[in-house]
Amino acid sequence: MAELVPTLLRQELARLAEADQRMDGRERFEAREVTLETDCLYNAEGSAKVTMGKTIVYAGVKFEIRTPWPDRPAEGSLMCGAELRPVAHRKYEPGPPSPESIELGRVVDRGIRESGCIDMAGLCIVPGEKVWGVMIDIHVLSDGGNIFDACGLAAIAALRTAVVPAERFDVGEDYTLKVNGTPIMASFTRVGGRYIYDPSEEEELGGDERIHITLGDEGHLHSLQKGLRGVFTPAEFAEIFDVAQQRCGELRNIVANQEGN
Amino acid sequence: MGGYGDIQLLRDDGLRLDGRKIDEMRPVSIEAGILPAADGSAMVTHGLNVAVAAVYGPMEAHPRKIQRQDRAVIDVRYNMAPFSTSDRIRPGYNRRSREISKVTAEALESVVLVERFPRSKIRVEIEILAAEAGTRCAGITAASVALADAGIPMRDFIVGVASGKVEDTVVLDLDKAEDNYGQADLPVGILPNTGEIAFLQMDGDLSPDEYNLAMEYNFKAAAEIHEIMVDALKKRYEGGEN
Repeated sequence: MAELVPTLLRQELARLAEADQRMDGRERFEAREVTLETDCLYNAEGSAKVTMGKTIVYAGVKFEIRTPWPDRPAEGSLMCGAELRPVAHRKYEPGPPSPESIELGRVVDRGIRESGCIDMAGLCIVPGEKVWGVMIDIHVLSDGGNIFDACGLAAIAALRTAVVPAERFDVGEDYTLKVNGTPIMASFTRVGGRYIYDPSEEEELGGDERIHITLGDEGHLHSLQKGLRGVFTPAEFAEIFDVAQQRCGELRNIVANQEGN
Repeated sequence: MGGYGDIQLLRDDGLRLDGRKIDEMRPVSIEAGILPAADGSAMVTHGLNVAVAAVYGPMEAHPRKIQRQDRAVIDVRYNMAPFSTSDRIRPGYNRRSREISKVTAEALESVVLVERFPRSKIRVEIEILAAEAGTRCAGITAASVALADAGIPMRDFIVGVASGKVEDTVVLDLDKAEDNYGQADLPVGILPNTGEIAFLQMDGDLSPDEYNLAMEYNFKAAAEIHEIMVDALKKRYEGGEN
Protein backbone atom coordinates (compact mmCIF):
# COMPACT_ATOMS: atom_id res chain seq x y z
CA MET A 1 0.00 0.00 0.00
CA ALA A 2 2.87 2.29 0.76
CA GLU A 3 3.75 2.16 -2.94
CA LEU A 4 0.22 2.56 -4.26
CA VAL A 5 -0.35 6.07 -2.97
CA PRO A 6 2.83 7.55 -4.47
CA THR A 7 1.99 5.94 -7.81
CA LEU A 8 -1.37 7.68 -7.95
CA LEU A 9 0.16 10.82 -6.52
CA ARG A 10 2.91 10.78 -9.15
CA GLN A 11 0.32 10.52 -11.92
CA GLU A 12 -1.56 13.48 -10.52
CA LEU A 13 1.64 15.53 -10.07
CA ALA A 14 2.69 14.73 -13.65
CA ARG A 15 -0.69 15.84 -14.92
CA LEU A 16 -0.42 19.12 -13.00
CA ALA A 17 3.14 19.68 -14.24
CA GLU A 18 1.91 19.34 -17.79
CA ALA A 19 -0.39 22.31 -17.16
CA ASP A 20 2.37 24.12 -15.25
CA GLN A 21 0.37 23.93 -12.03
CA ARG A 22 1.02 22.80 -8.48
CA MET A 23 -1.23 20.96 -6.08
CA ASP A 24 -1.59 23.89 -3.69
CA GLY A 25 -2.03 26.41 -6.48
CA ARG A 26 1.47 27.90 -6.25
CA GLU A 27 3.60 28.96 -9.21
CA ARG A 28 6.55 26.73 -9.99
CA PHE A 29 9.06 28.81 -8.03
CA GLU A 30 6.67 30.36 -5.55
CA ALA A 31 7.34 29.94 -1.81
CA ARG A 32 4.91 29.23 0.96
CA GLU A 33 4.57 31.82 3.70
CA VAL A 34 7.63 31.97 5.93
CA THR A 35 7.64 33.17 9.52
CA LEU A 36 10.70 33.71 11.69
CA GLU A 37 10.87 34.27 15.43
CA THR A 38 14.11 34.65 17.36
CA ASP A 39 15.07 34.51 21.06
CA CYS A 40 12.19 32.16 21.66
CA LEU A 41 13.85 29.43 23.78
CA TYR A 42 14.61 30.37 27.36
CA ASN A 43 17.66 28.20 28.04
CA ALA A 44 19.34 28.47 24.64
CA GLU A 45 22.04 31.12 24.09
CA GLY A 46 20.53 31.85 20.70
CA SER A 47 17.31 30.52 19.22
CA ALA A 48 14.90 30.70 16.34
CA LYS A 49 11.60 29.25 15.24
CA VAL A 50 10.81 28.99 11.54
CA THR A 51 7.57 28.00 9.88
CA MET A 52 7.26 27.32 6.15
CA GLY A 53 3.71 26.31 5.39
CA LYS A 54 3.03 23.27 7.56
CA THR A 55 6.69 22.84 8.51
CA ILE A 56 7.79 23.95 11.98
CA VAL A 57 11.44 23.94 13.05
CA TYR A 58 13.31 25.21 16.11
CA ALA A 59 17.05 25.80 16.40
CA GLY A 60 18.96 26.43 19.62
CA VAL A 61 22.59 27.43 20.14
CA LYS A 62 24.62 26.22 23.11
CA PHE A 63 28.28 26.84 24.01
CA GLU A 64 30.81 24.70 25.80
CA ILE A 65 34.45 25.14 26.70
CA ARG A 66 36.72 22.46 25.29
CA THR A 67 40.35 21.85 24.52
CA PRO A 68 41.26 22.77 20.92
CA TRP A 69 42.14 20.23 18.26
CA PRO A 70 45.93 19.66 18.32
CA ASP A 71 46.36 20.90 14.73
CA ARG A 72 44.32 24.07 15.39
CA PRO A 73 45.32 25.17 18.88
CA ALA A 74 43.95 28.70 18.55
CA GLU A 75 40.58 27.95 16.96
CA GLY A 76 37.19 27.13 18.38
CA SER A 77 34.73 24.80 16.73
CA LEU A 78 31.26 24.74 15.26
CA MET A 79 28.89 21.81 15.10
CA CYS A 80 25.43 21.70 13.67
CA GLY A 81 23.13 18.72 14.11
CA ALA A 82 19.54 18.00 13.25
CA GLU A 83 17.13 15.61 14.85
CA LEU A 84 14.25 14.08 12.94
CA ARG A 85 12.38 12.82 15.94
CA PRO A 86 9.10 10.89 15.77
CA VAL A 87 7.26 14.00 16.94
CA ALA A 88 7.68 15.56 13.48
CA HIS A 89 5.77 13.05 11.37
CA ARG A 90 4.30 9.59 11.56
CA LYS A 91 6.94 8.38 9.11
CA TYR A 92 9.80 8.99 11.58
CA GLU A 93 10.70 6.13 13.89
CA PRO A 94 12.46 6.27 17.23
CA GLY A 95 16.05 5.09 17.33
CA PRO A 96 19.57 6.23 16.57
CA PRO A 97 20.02 9.15 14.12
CA SER A 98 18.84 8.13 10.65
CA PRO A 99 20.93 8.74 7.50
CA GLU A 100 18.31 11.39 6.57
CA SER A 101 18.82 13.39 9.77
CA ILE A 102 22.60 13.12 9.49
CA GLU A 103 22.50 14.38 5.90
CA LEU A 104 20.22 17.24 6.92
CA GLY A 105 22.46 18.35 9.79
CA ARG A 106 25.61 18.10 7.70
CA VAL A 107 24.24 20.04 4.73
CA VAL A 108 23.14 22.87 7.03
CA ASP A 109 26.49 22.67 8.87
CA ARG A 110 28.49 22.99 5.64
CA GLY A 111 26.53 26.00 4.43
CA ILE A 112 27.22 27.90 7.64
CA ARG A 113 30.80 26.71 8.15
CA GLU A 114 31.98 27.22 4.57
CA SER A 115 30.48 30.69 4.31
CA GLY A 116 33.10 31.69 6.86
CA CYS A 117 30.53 33.65 8.83
CA ILE A 118 32.01 32.41 12.10
CA ASP A 119 35.56 33.49 12.87
CA MET A 120 36.97 30.34 14.46
CA ALA A 121 40.03 32.18 15.77
CA GLY A 122 37.66 34.52 17.59
CA LEU A 123 36.40 31.53 19.57
CA CYS A 124 39.79 30.97 21.21
CA ILE A 125 40.00 31.72 24.94
CA VAL A 126 43.49 30.43 25.83
CA PRO A 127 45.52 29.10 22.86
CA GLY A 128 46.23 25.40 23.19
CA GLU A 129 44.03 25.11 26.27
CA LYS A 130 40.55 26.54 26.08
CA VAL A 131 38.31 27.34 23.15
CA TRP A 132 34.56 27.74 22.66
CA GLY A 133 32.62 24.94 21.03
CA VAL A 134 29.48 26.32 19.38
CA MET A 135 26.67 23.84 18.95
CA ILE A 136 23.58 24.43 16.88
CA ASP A 137 20.87 21.86 17.49
CA ILE A 138 17.95 21.79 15.09
CA HIS A 139 14.69 20.26 16.20
CA VAL A 140 12.05 19.54 13.58
CA LEU A 141 8.61 19.58 15.22
CA SER A 142 6.42 19.26 12.14
CA ASP A 143 7.53 18.02 8.72
CA GLY A 144 5.23 19.59 6.14
CA GLY A 145 7.87 19.51 3.40
CA ASN A 146 11.17 21.30 2.69
CA ILE A 147 12.64 20.89 6.15
CA PHE A 148 16.12 21.58 4.68
CA ASP A 149 15.40 25.25 3.99
CA ALA A 150 13.52 25.67 7.27
CA CYS A 151 16.43 24.12 9.20
CA GLY A 152 19.01 26.23 7.37
CA LEU A 153 17.09 29.42 8.08
CA ALA A 154 16.47 28.54 11.74
CA ALA A 155 20.13 27.63 12.27
CA ILE A 156 21.62 30.86 10.91
CA ALA A 157 18.93 33.03 12.53
CA ALA A 158 19.59 31.37 15.91
CA LEU A 159 23.34 31.73 15.48
CA ARG A 160 23.01 35.41 14.66
CA THR A 161 21.20 36.05 17.95
CA ALA A 162 23.61 34.00 20.09
CA VAL A 163 25.23 35.48 23.19
CA VAL A 164 28.44 33.81 24.39
CA PRO A 165 27.80 32.89 28.06
CA ALA A 166 31.30 33.81 29.27
CA GLU A 167 30.14 34.81 32.75
CA ARG A 168 28.58 31.44 33.44
CA PHE A 169 31.89 29.77 32.55
CA ASP A 170 33.99 32.33 34.47
CA VAL A 171 35.95 33.55 31.44
CA GLY A 172 34.90 37.19 31.25
CA GLU A 173 31.77 39.06 30.31
CA ASP A 174 28.97 37.83 28.07
CA TYR A 175 29.15 39.15 24.53
CA THR A 176 27.19 38.79 21.32
CA LEU A 177 28.70 36.21 18.98
CA LYS A 178 30.18 37.84 15.92
CA VAL A 179 28.57 36.44 12.77
CA ASN A 180 29.76 37.90 9.46
CA GLY A 181 27.12 36.99 6.95
CA THR A 182 23.85 35.19 6.51
CA PRO A 183 24.21 32.02 4.42
CA ILE A 184 20.79 30.89 3.18
CA MET A 185 19.66 27.63 1.64
CA ALA A 186 17.23 27.17 -1.24
CA SER A 187 15.93 23.71 -2.11
CA PHE A 188 14.37 22.31 -5.25
CA THR A 189 12.67 18.97 -5.91
CA ARG A 190 11.88 17.39 -9.24
CA VAL A 191 8.11 16.98 -9.38
CA GLY A 192 6.28 15.77 -12.44
CA GLY A 193 9.54 15.98 -14.42
CA ARG A 194 10.55 19.58 -13.64
CA TYR A 195 12.10 21.31 -10.67
CA ILE A 196 9.93 23.26 -8.27
CA TYR A 197 11.01 25.44 -5.35
CA ASP A 198 9.98 24.81 -1.71
CA PRO A 199 8.35 21.37 -2.07
CA SER A 200 5.32 20.53 0.05
CA GLU A 201 4.94 17.20 1.82
CA GLU A 202 2.93 15.75 -1.08
CA GLU A 203 5.43 16.99 -3.65
CA GLU A 204 8.26 15.32 -1.76
CA LEU A 205 6.30 12.07 -1.45
CA GLY A 206 5.49 12.00 -5.16
CA GLY A 207 8.70 13.67 -6.38
CA ASP A 208 12.20 12.62 -7.33
CA GLU A 209 15.66 13.97 -6.56
CA ARG A 210 16.28 17.21 -4.74
CA ILE A 211 18.99 19.87 -4.93
CA HIS A 212 20.02 22.11 -2.04
CA ILE A 213 21.95 25.32 -2.73
CA THR A 214 23.40 27.50 0.05
CA LEU A 215 24.43 31.01 -0.95
CA GLY A 216 26.33 33.68 0.96
CA ASP A 217 25.70 37.43 1.11
CA GLU A 218 27.60 38.03 -2.16
CA GLY A 219 25.72 35.28 -3.96
CA HIS A 220 28.66 32.86 -3.75
CA LEU A 221 27.99 29.13 -3.41
CA HIS A 222 28.94 27.62 -0.06
CA SER A 223 27.21 24.27 -0.08
CA LEU A 224 25.58 22.05 -2.68
CA GLN A 225 23.90 18.74 -2.24
CA LYS A 226 21.97 16.43 -4.49
CA GLY A 227 19.80 13.93 -2.64
CA LEU A 228 17.74 10.92 -3.71
CA ARG A 229 17.66 9.01 -6.99
CA GLY A 230 17.72 11.03 -10.21
CA VAL A 231 19.87 13.13 -12.58
CA PHE A 232 19.77 16.70 -13.83
CA THR A 233 21.27 18.73 -16.67
CA PRO A 234 23.48 21.82 -16.41
CA ALA A 235 20.67 23.82 -18.03
CA GLU A 236 18.27 22.74 -15.30
CA PHE A 237 20.78 23.78 -12.66
CA ALA A 238 21.26 27.18 -14.29
CA GLU A 239 17.54 27.78 -14.13
CA ILE A 240 17.13 26.94 -10.44
CA PHE A 241 20.35 28.72 -9.54
CA ASP A 242 18.84 32.01 -10.69
CA VAL A 243 15.78 31.33 -8.56
CA ALA A 244 18.01 30.47 -5.62
CA GLN A 245 19.86 33.79 -5.92
CA GLN A 246 16.63 35.71 -5.78
CA ARG A 247 14.98 33.65 -3.06
CA CYS A 248 18.05 33.60 -0.79
CA GLY A 249 18.10 37.39 -0.97
CA GLU A 250 14.46 37.54 0.11
CA LEU A 251 15.01 35.19 3.02
CA ARG A 252 18.13 37.13 4.05
CA ASN A 253 15.93 40.21 4.26
CA ILE A 254 13.54 38.36 6.55
CA VAL A 255 16.47 37.61 8.89
CA ALA A 256 17.66 41.22 8.71
CA ASN A 257 14.16 42.58 9.40
CA GLN A 258 13.76 40.29 12.38
CA GLU A 259 17.06 41.58 13.78
CA GLY A 260 16.03 45.17 13.16
CA ASN A 261 13.06 44.79 15.51
CA MET B 1 17.87 16.85 49.22
CA GLY B 2 17.49 18.46 52.59
CA GLY B 3 18.41 22.11 52.44
CA TYR B 4 21.70 23.57 51.35
CA GLY B 5 22.12 25.87 54.33
CA ASP B 6 23.08 29.23 52.97
CA ILE B 7 20.65 29.35 50.06
CA GLN B 8 17.59 31.32 51.03
CA LEU B 9 14.49 30.29 49.10
CA LEU B 10 11.86 32.24 51.04
CA ARG B 11 12.16 35.98 51.43
CA ASP B 12 11.76 37.78 54.73
CA ASP B 13 8.28 38.92 53.68
CA GLY B 14 7.21 35.28 53.30
CA LEU B 15 7.11 35.36 49.52
CA ARG B 16 9.26 33.20 47.25
CA LEU B 17 12.30 34.37 45.30
CA ASP B 18 10.23 35.01 42.18
CA GLY B 19 7.62 36.90 44.22
CA ARG B 20 5.00 34.14 44.32
CA LYS B 21 2.94 33.25 47.39
CA ILE B 22 3.60 29.78 48.79
CA ASP B 23 0.40 28.40 47.25
CA GLU B 24 0.71 30.27 43.97
CA MET B 25 1.31 28.55 40.65
CA ARG B 26 3.52 29.88 37.85
CA PRO B 27 1.54 31.23 34.89
CA VAL B 28 0.28 28.53 32.53
CA SER B 29 -0.84 28.89 28.94
CA ILE B 30 -1.91 26.17 26.54
CA GLU B 31 -2.42 26.02 22.80
CA ALA B 32 -4.02 23.03 21.07
CA GLY B 33 -3.45 21.84 17.51
CA ILE B 34 -0.13 23.56 16.88
CA LEU B 35 1.58 20.84 14.80
CA PRO B 36 0.07 20.37 11.32
CA ALA B 37 1.71 16.98 10.71
CA ALA B 38 0.31 15.36 13.87
CA ASP B 39 -3.16 13.88 14.45
CA GLY B 40 -3.34 15.90 17.66
CA SER B 41 -0.96 18.29 19.38
CA ALA B 42 -0.54 20.86 22.12
CA MET B 43 2.00 23.26 23.55
CA VAL B 44 2.06 23.93 27.28
CA THR B 45 3.99 26.88 28.68
CA HIS B 46 4.26 26.51 32.44
CA GLY B 47 6.41 29.24 33.91
CA LEU B 48 9.60 29.00 31.85
CA ASN B 49 8.94 25.40 30.82
CA VAL B 50 7.82 24.72 27.27
CA ALA B 51 6.44 21.24 26.49
CA VAL B 52 5.10 20.17 23.11
CA ALA B 53 3.12 16.96 22.62
CA ALA B 54 2.16 15.24 19.36
CA VAL B 55 -0.22 12.29 19.04
CA TYR B 56 -0.21 9.85 16.12
CA GLY B 57 -2.76 7.07 15.75
CA PRO B 58 -4.39 4.84 16.68
CA MET B 59 -2.21 2.92 14.23
CA GLU B 60 -1.03 -0.65 13.73
CA ALA B 61 1.12 -1.75 16.65
CA HIS B 62 4.70 -2.54 15.63
CA PRO B 63 6.64 -4.60 16.49
CA ARG B 64 4.00 -7.27 16.88
CA LYS B 65 5.14 -8.39 20.30
CA ILE B 66 3.93 -5.12 21.85
CA GLN B 67 0.36 -5.76 20.61
CA ARG B 68 -2.39 -6.41 23.15
CA GLN B 69 -5.34 -8.47 21.93
CA ASP B 70 -7.87 -6.56 24.00
CA ARG B 71 -6.64 -2.96 23.97
CA ALA B 72 -4.37 -0.31 22.50
CA VAL B 73 -0.90 0.33 23.88
CA ILE B 74 0.28 3.87 24.40
CA ASP B 75 3.85 4.47 23.32
CA VAL B 76 5.20 7.60 25.02
CA ARG B 77 8.52 9.24 24.34
CA TYR B 78 9.50 12.07 26.66
CA ASN B 79 12.56 13.86 25.28
CA MET B 80 14.46 16.97 26.26
CA ALA B 81 15.83 19.02 23.35
CA PRO B 82 19.62 19.51 23.51
CA PHE B 83 19.13 23.26 24.04
CA SER B 84 16.39 22.95 26.67
CA THR B 85 18.67 23.23 29.69
CA SER B 86 21.50 25.41 30.88
CA ASP B 87 24.13 22.80 29.93
CA ARG B 88 23.53 21.18 26.57
CA ILE B 89 22.06 17.67 26.72
CA ARG B 90 23.56 15.06 24.43
CA PRO B 91 20.75 13.91 22.10
CA GLY B 92 19.22 10.51 22.74
CA TYR B 93 17.47 8.49 25.39
CA ASN B 94 18.81 8.33 28.94
CA ARG B 95 17.63 6.57 32.11
CA ARG B 96 15.69 9.58 33.33
CA SER B 97 13.74 10.07 30.10
CA ARG B 98 13.06 6.33 29.81
CA GLU B 99 11.56 6.20 33.29
CA ILE B 100 9.46 9.32 32.77
CA SER B 101 8.23 7.94 29.43
CA LYS B 102 7.22 4.68 31.06
CA VAL B 103 5.24 6.09 33.97
CA THR B 104 3.66 8.74 31.76
CA ALA B 105 2.48 6.02 29.33
CA GLU B 106 0.99 4.05 32.20
CA ALA B 107 -0.79 7.15 33.49
CA LEU B 108 -2.25 7.91 30.06
CA GLU B 109 -3.33 4.27 29.62
CA SER B 110 -5.42 4.71 32.76
CA VAL B 111 -7.59 7.43 31.21
CA VAL B 112 -7.65 6.65 27.49
CA LEU B 113 -10.38 4.16 26.53
CA VAL B 114 -7.74 1.79 25.21
CA GLU B 115 -10.16 -1.13 24.96
CA ARG B 116 -11.81 0.65 22.02
CA PHE B 117 -8.70 0.01 19.87
CA PRO B 118 -7.53 -3.58 20.28
CA ARG B 119 -4.11 -4.50 18.80
CA SER B 120 -3.31 -0.91 17.97
CA LYS B 121 -0.83 1.66 19.15
CA ILE B 122 -1.19 5.33 20.02
CA ARG B 123 2.05 7.26 19.80
CA VAL B 124 2.56 10.19 22.15
CA GLU B 125 5.67 12.27 21.59
CA ILE B 126 6.58 14.77 24.31
CA GLU B 127 9.33 17.25 23.44
CA ILE B 128 10.67 19.62 26.07
CA LEU B 129 11.96 22.80 24.41
CA ALA B 130 12.76 24.71 27.60
CA ALA B 131 13.23 23.14 31.02
CA GLU B 132 13.05 24.99 34.30
CA ALA B 133 11.67 22.42 36.81
CA GLY B 134 8.36 20.70 36.23
CA THR B 135 8.79 19.38 32.69
CA ARG B 136 7.25 15.96 33.32
CA CYS B 137 4.09 17.64 34.63
CA ALA B 138 3.93 20.08 31.71
CA GLY B 139 4.48 17.07 29.42
CA ILE B 140 1.56 15.14 30.92
CA THR B 141 -0.73 18.15 30.60
CA ALA B 142 0.37 18.66 27.00
CA ALA B 143 -0.15 14.94 26.22
CA SER B 144 -3.71 15.06 27.60
CA VAL B 145 -4.65 18.03 25.47
CA ALA B 146 -2.98 16.51 22.39
CA LEU B 147 -4.92 13.23 22.88
CA ALA B 148 -8.17 15.16 23.13
CA ASP B 149 -7.17 17.20 20.06
CA ALA B 150 -6.60 13.91 18.19
CA GLY B 151 -10.14 12.84 19.05
CA ILE B 152 -9.00 9.88 21.16
CA PRO B 153 -11.73 8.95 23.65
CA MET B 154 -10.75 9.42 27.31
CA ARG B 155 -12.70 9.18 30.51
CA ASP B 156 -10.94 12.25 31.90
CA PHE B 157 -7.94 14.51 31.40
CA ILE B 158 -4.75 14.15 33.39
CA VAL B 159 -3.37 17.39 34.73
CA GLY B 160 0.31 17.41 35.70
CA VAL B 161 1.09 19.47 38.81
CA ALA B 162 3.72 19.44 41.55
CA SER B 163 4.18 20.73 45.06
CA GLY B 164 7.20 20.46 47.29
CA LYS B 165 8.98 21.72 50.35
CA VAL B 166 11.52 24.50 50.75
CA GLU B 167 12.86 25.78 54.04
CA ASP B 168 10.44 23.49 55.90
CA THR B 169 7.50 25.11 54.14
CA VAL B 170 5.20 23.35 51.70
CA VAL B 171 4.97 25.31 48.44
CA LEU B 172 3.04 24.82 45.22
CA ASP B 173 4.84 24.38 41.90
CA LEU B 174 8.60 24.44 42.48
CA ASP B 175 10.75 26.54 40.19
CA LYS B 176 14.33 25.66 39.25
CA ALA B 177 16.05 27.04 42.37
CA GLU B 178 13.44 25.50 44.65
CA ASP B 179 13.77 22.17 42.89
CA ASN B 180 17.56 22.21 43.14
CA TYR B 181 17.88 23.37 46.73
CA GLY B 182 14.52 22.39 48.24
CA GLN B 183 13.68 19.46 50.49
CA ALA B 184 10.99 17.59 48.58
CA ASP B 185 9.14 17.37 45.27
CA LEU B 186 5.75 15.71 44.72
CA PRO B 187 4.71 15.63 41.05
CA VAL B 188 1.29 14.08 40.39
CA GLY B 189 -1.14 13.58 37.55
CA ILE B 190 -4.68 14.37 38.63
CA LEU B 191 -7.96 13.46 36.90
CA PRO B 192 -9.79 16.75 37.39
CA ASN B 193 -13.33 15.39 37.06
CA THR B 194 -13.06 12.25 39.17
CA GLY B 195 -10.44 13.47 41.64
CA GLU B 196 -8.36 10.34 41.05
CA ILE B 197 -4.59 10.23 40.64
CA ALA B 198 -2.97 8.52 37.65
CA PHE B 199 0.64 9.66 38.06
CA LEU B 200 2.62 9.85 41.28
CA GLN B 201 6.26 10.35 42.07
CA MET B 202 8.02 11.92 45.01
CA ASP B 203 11.47 12.43 46.37
CA GLY B 204 12.85 14.16 49.43
CA ASP B 205 11.37 14.34 52.90
CA LEU B 206 7.73 15.09 53.76
CA SER B 207 5.80 14.47 56.99
CA PRO B 208 2.28 13.00 56.60
CA ASP B 209 0.81 16.45 57.28
CA GLU B 210 3.13 18.05 54.75
CA TYR B 211 2.12 15.41 52.20
CA ASN B 212 -1.55 16.19 52.78
CA LEU B 213 -0.99 19.92 52.39
CA ALA B 214 1.13 19.43 49.25
CA MET B 215 -1.63 17.27 47.78
CA GLU B 216 -4.23 19.88 48.68
CA TYR B 217 -2.20 22.49 46.79
CA ASN B 218 -1.86 20.10 43.86
CA PHE B 219 -5.62 19.60 43.60
CA LYS B 220 -6.21 23.34 43.74
CA ALA B 221 -3.69 23.92 40.94
CA ALA B 222 -5.09 21.03 38.88
CA ALA B 223 -8.52 22.67 38.87
CA GLU B 224 -6.98 25.91 37.59
CA ILE B 225 -4.98 24.19 34.85
CA HIS B 226 -7.99 22.08 33.87
CA GLU B 227 -9.90 25.25 32.99
CA ILE B 228 -7.02 26.42 30.80
CA MET B 229 -6.94 23.03 29.04
CA VAL B 230 -10.67 23.16 28.29
CA ASP B 231 -10.36 26.74 27.04
CA ALA B 232 -7.50 25.76 24.73
CA LEU B 233 -9.58 23.01 23.15
CA LYS B 234 -12.65 25.22 22.86
CA LYS B 235 -10.57 27.88 21.16
CA ARG B 236 -9.18 25.30 18.74
CA TYR B 237 -12.59 24.07 17.62
CA GLU B 238 -14.54 27.30 17.70
CA GLY B 239 -15.65 28.74 14.38
CA GLY B 240 -15.93 25.40 12.63
CA GLU B 241 -12.25 24.90 11.89
CA ASN B 242 -11.61 21.18 11.25
